[in-house]
Amino acid sequence: MSDTIILTGTHKTGDSRKKKLTLEKLVFVRRYASPLLLVCFWQLACSSGMISTRLVASPAQIAVTGWSLLRDGTLPYNLGVSLLRAVSGLGIAISTGVVLALISGLSRLGEDIVDAPLQILRTLPALALVPLFILWFGIGETPKVLLVALGATFPIYLNLHKGIRTIDPKLLEMASTLGLTRWQTIKDVFLPGALPDFLTGLRYAVGVSWLMLVVAEQVNAESGIGHMMMDAEDFLRTDIILVGLLVYGMLGLLSDQIVRFLEAALLAWRPDRRKGQQA
Amino acid sequence: MKRAEEEIGRGTAVIVEQLTKRFNGGAPVLDGLDLAIAPGEFVALLGHSGSGKSTLLRTLAGLDPVTEGSVKRPRDVSVVFQEHRLLPWKRVWKNVVLGQEDKDIRQRAETVLDEVGLSHRKTAWPLTLSGGEAQRAALARALVREPAFLMLDEPFAALDALTRLKMQQLVADLWEKHRCAVLLVTHDVDEALLLADRAVVLERGRIRVDVSIPLPRPRRHADPPFEALRTLLLDALGVHAS
Repeated sequence: MSDTIILTGTHKTGDSRKKKLTLEKLVFVRRYASPLLLVCFWQLACSSGMISTRLVASPAQIAVTGWSLLRDGTLPYNLGVSLLRAVSGLGIAISTGVVLALISGLSRLGEDIVDAPLQILRTLPALALVPLFILWFGIGETPKVLLVALGATFPIYLNLHKGIRTIDPKLLEMASTLGLTRWQTIKDVFLPGALPDFLTGLRYAVGVSWLMLVVAEQVNAESGIGHMMMDAEDFLRTDIILVGLLVYGMLGLLSDQIVRFLEAALLAWRPDRRKGQQA
Repeated sequence: MKRAEEEIGRGTAVIVEQLTKRFNGGAPVLDGLDLAIAPGEFVALLGHSGSGKSTLLRTLAGLDPVTEGSVKRPRDVSVVFQEHRLLPWKRVWKNVVLGQEDKDIRQRAETVLDEVGLSHRKTAWPLTLSGGEAQRAALARALVREPAFLMLDEPFAALDALTRLKMQQLVADLWEKHRCAVLLVTHDVDEALLLADRAVVLERGRIRVDVSIPLPRPRRHADPPFEALRTLLLDALGVHAS
């Protein structure tokens, strides 16, 4: 009849937007429904005696224990100790990793001197060094902090080194035609150019820090979340162990969020981080 | 490695003498090249890929060392490359004044961005710029240094045809104003005729044709006197117009 084709779009009214919102809410509910159901099932299994509460505490018991550990100061104290260890270890790792990566990233001689030993050390599982660290540094704070530092240094070093080495040579040529000094080139080209890789390394390093800490605190410690959990093992307190696990999990999640936030704040120039924002 | 390059003060011409360049002992890319550019002169350098024109520009820019022959050039030079080469992590105006450290840099950045018609984008991130805008920013970055000698390495080759026309006009206007010596490396015969005082065709590292373009400005693509020169240059490039 007619050669004309009419293409229509759905006109969004207030109603349809409301509908979409409820749908989005539904997605949100769907996403969390399954874990919540699992927790309910777990609680049911414990309450009905299908699972022995001596092996696994029930969710309700965990909540009660968590609350009481919070109130009597056990959890905050141990958490503080663990946090301090992780933060100081990570601090050492960041400074060492950055310095080493700068040395080997910015000069060929530096790379020859620094890179080979680090690549060899990297292949050693850091956790296997625990016995040696105890012999060397005793059972105080030093071996724990150093273990965290050792594990977290590699991701920082490797990623930052890669970041510096993969700077677009065209930008370096440009810097040289503009007459930038070596220091200006480092400050304005190398460092900001390698920042995305550094942050990737930082995210790995944070994850490794918690892992190292868990082990260090369970092998020998007078305090800390790991110690609290090992102590609970002696008294068959699965509820306390599970509270500790939960805390480790939340710490990992939280630190990852902090690094993500850093990425969003520091890498605002990347277009994929600026969705919907017009310059 | 003998570094014969001499840098001379502002206002002096570019003088290339017996410049020879070869990579890994192969056939020379530049073969005993002589070229002089007067202060304020606009020279277009034409040639096929591999004719040595980029090598010449890189040597003049100080990116490649002078191994045989000598190069004299002013101290204050700027280069605009085919790609804008803006630092993506610095806002446009900071890119323009990169490496400059006086007090009034922001003011100077604004002035020069205004000149290239980009003042409305001065705080934008480079990755949000269009191709033409990015090349304008690169031009601003070159001009803010007030170079005595400006090198343009196929600066519009990656732009669409309409943007290219606008940018060519912009370069013509800016050159009228700043009057620095310019070396424009290009594939485009019309671009050379539109902008330059002189066109040099390079072939296998030697100058094949060196003609002046004595046409009045402003020029237009359709100007009839273009025809003879266009034929001459295309001929020198081995493209025979029917």
